[in-house]
Amino acid sequence: MKARTFRRHVKESFKSLGRNSWMTVASVSSVTVTLLLVGVFFVIMMNLNSVATSIEEDVEIRVHIDVAANDEDREVLKQQIGGITQVDSIEFSPKEEELDSLIDSFGEEGQAFKLVEQENPLKDVFVVKTKNPTDTINVAKKIESFNYVSSVKYGQGTVESLFKFIDISRNVGLILIIGLLFTAMFLISNTIKITIMARRREIEIMRLVGATNSFIRWPFFLEGLWLGILGSIIPITVVSLAYYYLFDLIQSKLAANNFIKLLEFNPFVFQLSAVLVLIGALIGIWGSLMSVRKFLKV
Amino acid sequence: MSNDSQWENNIQGDNNMIEMKDVYKKYPNGVTAANGINVHIEQGEFVYVVGPSGAGKSTFIKMMYREEKATTGTIKVNGVDLSKLKNKNVPIFRRNIGVVFQDFKLLNSISVYDNVAFALEVIEEHPTTIRKRVLETLELVGLKHKARMLPTELSGGEQQRVSIARSIVNSPKVVIADEPTGNLDPETSWGIMKILEEINLRGTTVVMATHNKEIVNKNKHRVIAIEGGKIARDQQKGDYGYES
Repeated sequence: MKARTFRRHVKESFKSLGRNSWMTVASVSSVTVTLLLVGVFFVIMMNLNSVATSIEEDVEIRVHIDVAANDEDREVLKQQIGGITQVDSIEFSPKEEELDSLIDSFGEEGQAFKLVEQENPLKDVFVVKTKNPTDTINVAKKIESFNYVSSVKYGQGTVESLFKFIDISRNVGLILIIGLLFTAMFLISNTIKITIMARRREIEIMRLVGATNSFIRWPFFLEGLWLGILGSIIPITVVSLAYYYLFDLIQSKLAANNFIKLLEFNPFVFQLSAVLVLIGALIGIWGSLMSVRKFLKV
Repeated sequence: MSNDSQWENNIQGDNNMIEMKDVYKKYPNGVTAANGINVHIEQGEFVYVVGPSGAGKSTFIKMMYREEKATTGTIKVNGVDLSKLKNKNVPIFRRNIGVVFQDFKLLNSISVYDNVAFALEVIEEHPTTIRKRVLETLELVGLKHKARMLPTELSGGEQQRVSIARSIVNSPKVVIADEPTGNLDPETSWGIMKILEEINLRGTTVVMATHNKEIVNKNKHRVIAIEGGKIARDQQKGDYGYES
């Protein structure tokens, strides 16, 4: 295609937005409503996901080392654990450190334990993290079978149900978003179909004077693109502003719960905007091309 | 590009502009609109197509610009065998054919100038050429001074002249007009005829379906009468031959 033909298509697509102004408003509104829903959902989903991820990342395996083990045995055990492919990091925490952190966790009252520091009842610990949190249970079971392992703790019971819960909520969110997108496509292709019914004549005349199908399609393609982009402006503005103001509010309420953190405004809102523009453009183009298709058959 | 060269090869050197051989057309609803038509129309001819309503005139005309396909038989227009023409090549075929309708088929949202320029834009002509040719053509049909107006601001006769301008702006070899004066008063109709005669004098083949007895009888040309999907009469410098 020649550059000036492309310029013509661009010009033509803008003109036709103006000429069919009511249809433009209708199509843009339906894109706007859908993207607003998708945007709100996306914010909730992504934040839930990030909370879930941070909870998962807090999951660790604590391997209590048998008191009978000497330095050499411990080194062997460390290598054995490191040999498991799913293991990401192993940190050694001597029993003195363990006692300190235990005493710390009791706060003021913990000071009473200072007395027993001479006879530390605790054991040395390897803190093991897996590459993928869901591997925790399998890795823990493997480690249990090694020599000089006194016990393995990873929050048995709680972790299993936590993972299950996270898994379900992720899938439900994904299904909802996909469902929403399909509804959006249906809505938009119907709106655009109505606009194109009104422009049947235009297409008929274009064919009559010898316009090829691709020549006819181009302005409609671009028009769909503009409709999608125009339709994403309000949702982006609304969702961004809402996130900006709600972020501080919610974050301060959640401050006590230090493991729940919302996604930072920057870059999240910019990623969100990019996603909404992209979805808007895609459904706009798709709707437009789908509806012009049936008029292009000879 | 390969399509274009194939195209060139299709065009033959003979004088036949339109050729139909044993053409039958049966619509899915059972109506037979063409019942064995054989006809030759040579380059530069002016032909009236007459006949009662529902006799198959429209189908005869529509098959020439491939709006309808023949059920059996061969149709060649400007050297192109329409039975072998692929759907995607129909637009390219139509660039060599100007079509004029009773209801003008203009785009009412754009100016007279843009309506005519449209036919050149789709074939990606150079803007300077488009400007020159559109103005020349509008001058030919006597509407240069109304180029910036919208079709709805013109009279019926003027709208038909815009439609003719659009059909001839890319210098087609043949102009097919389906009842071009059907919606116009007698005086305006003569204006349209004058333009079609002028186009014909410049060497363009004109095929015109009409119900206008006065025009056929006064501006004598070849007359093809269609009745019951067949050619009932084919007469050089013929008469209209029907009552109304």
